[in-house]
Amino acid sequence: MKTLLEILTAELDAPVSPVSGTFPATVPVCSVPRERFAEAARLLKRAGALLAAEWASDETHLGRGFGVYACYRRDSGYLIVCAALPLDDPSFPSLTRRFVPAYRFERQMHSLMGVVPDGHLDPRPWIKFEDWPEDAFPLRKTFDGSQALPRVAGEYVFGKAEGEGIYEIPVGPVHAGIIEPGHFRFQAMGEDIINLEERLGYVHKGIEKRFESLSWQEAARLAGRVSGDTTVAHSLAYCMALEAMTGCMVPDHAQWVRAVMLERERIANHLGDIGAICNDVAFAFMLYQTMRLKETMLRTNKEIFGHRFMMDCVVPGGVAAGLDAQYKAVILEELSAVEDEFERLVMIFDENSSLEDRTRSTGILSAEEARDLGMTGLVARASGMQLDCRKDFPFAPYDRIPVNIPVMSAGDVHARAWVRIEEVRESLRLIREMISTMPKGQRSAPVGSPAADTTGFAAVEGWRGEIIYWLQSGPKGEINRSMVRDPSSLCWIGLERCVLGNIVPDFPLCNKSFNQSYSGNDV
Amino acid sequence: MIRILYQILRTGIKTEPVDLPADTDIREIGAELKAIIDRHFNGSLTIRQVDAGSCNGCELEIHAMNNVFYNCEQYGIHFTASPRFADMLLVTGPVSRNMEIALKRTYNSTPAPKLVAAVGDCGRDGGIFGKSYASLGGIHEVIPVDAVIPGCPPSPADLLGGILKLLKNKQ
Ligand code: SF4
Repeated sequence: MKTLLEILTAELDAPVSPVSGTFPATVPVCSVPRERFAEAARLLKRAGALLAAEWASDETHLGRGFGVYACYRRDSGYLIVCAALPLDDPSFPSLTRRFVPAYRFERQMHSLMGVVPDGHLDPRPWIKFEDWPEDAFPLRKTFDGSQALPRVAGEYVFGKAEGEGIYEIPVGPVHAGIIEPGHFRFQAMGEDIINLEERLGYVHKGIEKRFESLSWQEAARLAGRVSGDTTVAHSLAYCMALEAMTGCMVPDHAQWVRAVMLERERIANHLGDIGAICNDVAFAFMLYQTMRLKETMLRTNKEIFGHRFMMDCVVPGGVAAGLDAQYKAVILEELSAVEDEFERLVMIFDENSSLEDRTRSTGILSAEEARDLGMTGLVARASGMQLDCRKDFPFAPYDRIPVNIPVMSAGDVHARAWVRIEEVRESLRLIREMISTMPKGQRSAPVGSPAADTTGFAAVEGWRGEIIYWLQSGPKGEINRSMVRDPSSLCWIGLERCVLGNIVPDFPLCNKSFNQSYSGNDV
Repeated sequence: MIRILYQILRTGIKTEPVDLPADTDIREIGAELKAIIDRHFNGSLTIRQVDAGSCNGCELEIHAMNNVFYNCEQYGIHFTASPRFADMLLVTGPVSRNMEIALKRTYNSTPAPKLVAAVGDCGRDGGIFGKSYASLGGIHEVIPVDAVIPGCPPSPADLLGGILKLLKNKQ
């Protein structure tokens, strides 16, 4: 089969030039004339590719204008297509006609970088709020990120369904629970949801801008705080992109320990989610049971890695602490205990018909919708898509310890819960295998500084799904741009779709079954 | 059903009780907390948690206060959905610019005594996010704060200890 790059080179009616200084070599980057940016998207879509991310970079310090980038994924291959935009006319053809995820990516690019997607149908800001000055583009180099922004008058207009008996329910940003803030606007008729519009951006902390003022070392700590529940996967993706740029060879031992932590993070979060989904259908028993198991794992994390969520345990070049025989034994012993308890709970879950009643055929996202909307991670896998970076883009030890990817076809709340159950089982198996094959060695290797004007890319399967980091160095080898793409930036839209036709009281359940990150989305 | 009952029996009570030497820290904090809450809040301290821009790490630990190990309800600590029923706000994060107004509104809706605890290193001074166009820094920049519970994130025991300290100072 031809690669995406070969297809694009053969079929695009314009020059496709390879870009140098991009790492790793397995992820090619090519540039096209900006007028052909959308045409490239059309050809790649026809070849079966999905849009994984789209972003812009201010490259004035590198003696250019702006760059726009689109990252495509098909099976096990990534391709990044970029186009150069002149400073005085930073517009480019929108990809929204081909790919749904471009809809929010491009609104965000316009809002924060001031590049203009021609042909985009929705001019409203995204992440940026209506009370920011319109010409405030924080990701531009000319913008001083340390200054407070004044508030201006403005209004955000929500989509509206009209007709007799239709009413509106605004929810948030402060929600009725211990959760992150965001706004949901429902249009309902009787109990049925006719439309849901999400309004996110409340926890925008200016993370991408902040990266640009940090050293490469400090930035790893920031990456670990993009989404606190996914700290291992985020810091890992950041570190892998940096290590690719600097040619750092991470010792095998460290690679294995990283993977053990990644799987532990997956198990802990899935346990919490399985319990929370049950709790939302008034089966509190399960929440208390799974949270108990989760707590024991967090305590073990603290004992072994020094932090309950393993924050700052993945560091550039390796890990903060290795695993010795004594700790391996602790982990193995705990695994057996957790597994034993977990299987009992799964049996109870499986036999509970009222639970099944509420979760089956609730919040269905069909396979076709999931594909069209560009879903990733467990949401995609519950809707029949077989994708997982651990298989598609494997790094050690996943290249030697193959992962079984559970895929369900129903696309409902039950499927999303059940994918989690299967993934917990698989992660338990993986950790055992990793521990038994773990090579001895150093816990880290020195990381140099990236050369000027180079880029690094990494994709890691966090517990929600594919996390992408794209780093770019400036003229002095400093951080010029750090693009963070949490899976939530893709999957939030799936929630909007799956609740249509469901009743309003089932929204919390659907939302729980997605459990997307606000902080990771809003960066 | 039999399985559920069996599992409950097997699990037994995991809560680290106030009066048993399970985890010294928690035991002491818990006993004191319960005494103060009984005396000054008629046995029930009601908390509204507000995420004003956190990374969600602090929320995980606040959740954990409710798990069976810490079971903060045993000391009389409850979480409420509405600020109007709250005695205390537990606020996390650097305050993001986009949450500033919502945080102020929540604060204004809270009746006296309106106790406020700023949670986490971010709640203290903005943490790693600092002050910027998007982050206003610590909670005190936006609403009055009675106590800070540092940590990244503070553990459930730190949180319980922090709440106790706040209540003691206010006595
Ligand atoms: S203190 Fe740490 S865990 Fe809490 S919000 Fe800040 S970065 Fe996240």
